Amino acid sequence: MAILVEENTRLVVQGITGRDGSFHTVQMMEYGTAVVAGVTPGKGGRTFAGPDGAGVPIFNTVDEAVAETGANTSVVYVPPAFAAGAIEEAADAGVSFVVAITEGVPVQDMARAHAFARDHGTRILGPNCPGVISPGKAKVGIIPGNIVTPGPVGVISRSGTLTYEAVIHLTNAGVGQTTCVGIGGDTLIGTNFVDALEAFADDGDTEAIVMIGEIGGTDEQEAAQWVKENLRVPVVGFIAGQTAPPGRRMGHAGAIISGSSGTAEEKMKILEENGISVAKRPVDIVRLIQGVLPG
Amino acid sequence: MDIHEYQAKEILRANGIPVPPGEVATTPDEAVAIAERYGGTVVVKAQVHSGGRGKAGGVKLAASTSEVREHAENILGMKISGLTVEKVLITPAEDIDTEAYVGVLMDRKAQAPTFIVSAEGGVDIEEVAHSDPDAIRKLTIDPRYGLMRHQAYGLANSLYQDAALVKQATKIIHQLYAAFASSGASMIEINPLISTDAGEVKAIDAKMSLDDSELFRHPELVEYRDLSAEPTAETRAREADLSYVKLDGNVGCCVNGAGLAMATMDLVKYYGGEPANFLDIGGSSNPEKVVSALEIITSDPNVKVILINIFGGITRCDDVARGIIEATTRIDIKPPIVIRLTGTNEEEGLEILAKAGFSASSSMDDVVERGVEMANAG
Repeated sequence: MAILVEENTRLVVQGITGRDGSFHTVQMMEYGTAVVAGVTPGKGGRTFAGPDGAGVPIFNTVDEAVAETGANTSVVYVPPAFAAGAIEEAADAGVSFVVAITEGVPVQDMARAHAFARDHGTRILGPNCPGVISPGKAKVGIIPGNIVTPGPVGVISRSGTLTYEAVIHLTNAGVGQTTCVGIGGDTLIGTNFVDALEAFADDGDTEAIVMIGEIGGTDEQEAAQWVKENLRVPVVGFIAGQTAPPGRRMGHAGAIISGSSGTAEEKMKILEENGISVAKRPVDIVRLIQGVLPG
Repeated sequence: MDIHEYQAKEILRANGIPVPPGEVATTPDEAVAIAERYGGTVVVKAQVHSGGRGKAGGVKLAASTSEVREHAENILGMKISGLTVEKVLITPAEDIDTEAYVGVLMDRKAQAPTFIVSAEGGVDIEEVAHSDPDAIRKLTIDPRYGLMRHQAYGLANSLYQDAALVKQATKIIHQLYAAFASSGASMIEINPLISTDAGEVKAIDAKMSLDDSELFRHPELVEYRDLSAEPTAETRAREADLSYVKLDGNVGCCVNGAGLAMATMDLVKYYGGEPANFLDIGGSSNPEKVVSALEIITSDPNVKVILINIFGGITRCDDVARGIIEATTRIDIKPPIVIRLTGTNEEEGLEILAKAGFSASSSMDDVVERGVEMANAG
């Protein structure tokens, strides 16, 4: 099994004709993801040329794409000014899971989109996230397919390339993954650590979880509490930003220490207090996870 | 983007909120001239992107022109949280009866704008939240409907007993939400919101952060950016669309991705070094960005070694390699460069580097350890 995306994922790509959208559509198809539709307003009726002669029908609206193809998952590559609107459109069309890759979406736009998606029972991943990959099954987003391998470990992370760093160490050590989820670095994200942990808790194949957090906010602290109270599988953690100065935004909109709250030190302490071993370096995640994996 | 008190007050005034007059001075002479125009007692307030200005001695009452001059002389040029004060706001002193706190911000957990109000204003609200949590009221707003009439009244009602004050505060809370929504703010705080002896409610201090991602909709607010409040290198980085934060160490870092960039800094520290900066070249594959990044890093005289850490995803290793070669031919880079390059198009990237006489490792730990050794040796 896996979480969020798997063999039954039928994907619609919003912004399929854009630079990033077209590049990653090909990558996702090459990985084996069922990309059933694309949406670009004004380009409906055309066909997107995928790898090996495969074609993907393009529609003007998500509504049409869902009606014609039965798409159940969407990935958003549209520019920041229109990204929240694209998420709302997907939710309105009945898409149950929307992955928003776009970076720089206005926060007030996202507040509205989150409220709308909640009312429509749609789960959002991101924005400003690398997406999700279930090795050997499906990839939605931009996580490189060649660094993952199937296995028993679930990975949740606020970061993109730092996730790759952790995952490649696992893969090289022969420790495979059920699903790797990048929840995104923005202030207002949809799926958070607790949501992703809940999904992994229901996945019978996930035997251990790696949680990669960073400075800013209290999501990791709440997740640690949740792990202690609810989760039976072991969790290993890593927190980036131990050397980050307070009050400065470190690239990600959400990565900022406000006052004395949201420091790496505080997060690492609370993770440890709740039974989560915290790796000092990304490479140490492997040793810790091997120590908690059953068998 | 944080803006100054006087700028936040301009936005509040434009939305109809009663704010006492005020003008900004950059010299003691200007400060005196402004104070003379107002007459009476004024407040001299440091304009700097930092909390705790009062505690740092950056806010002073002045009853005479000689006091205005004295305070302006002391405050201008003063350092608060490492930032030099270049401007003071001169504003008439008010007869304060009560002080309340009214703020609205984007709440991560609620995923929505949230008001925080307290009848105990004029002090650090985080301290009130800690010592007397019952004194604080929080209310989350559904951004699709905006602030409703009864919500604004309810918040105001928790601040005052007197009906006339509640009425004024209700209006101010509406205007505050309008200012928040229309300027693309991520936080506005009025602290304190005062009631005067004459029964008027006014905002006498304000703090505001704008969402950088929404500035494209508000070109007029971009001009509020205080370039003197940030190092030149950070301004250049922003213009080149790079995230850069200057730090005090000597290991210059050039990384793709914010999380990996922070982890790289942490690893520098782990191996006994000190990072000179945070720098994320972003997810794009533009060699030009690498050139700008290396220019910015080498402009820091403390940098003893440059550490490049790239894990290609969207970013392609060959593009980064081309950028490194381009940078070394175009600019004179003195510090040695250590490179970690792995991921998308790794082989092409390594080949480009090898031709130009550079070597690269695929291990982050290897290059960081080596980089730190070189920085500490030199």
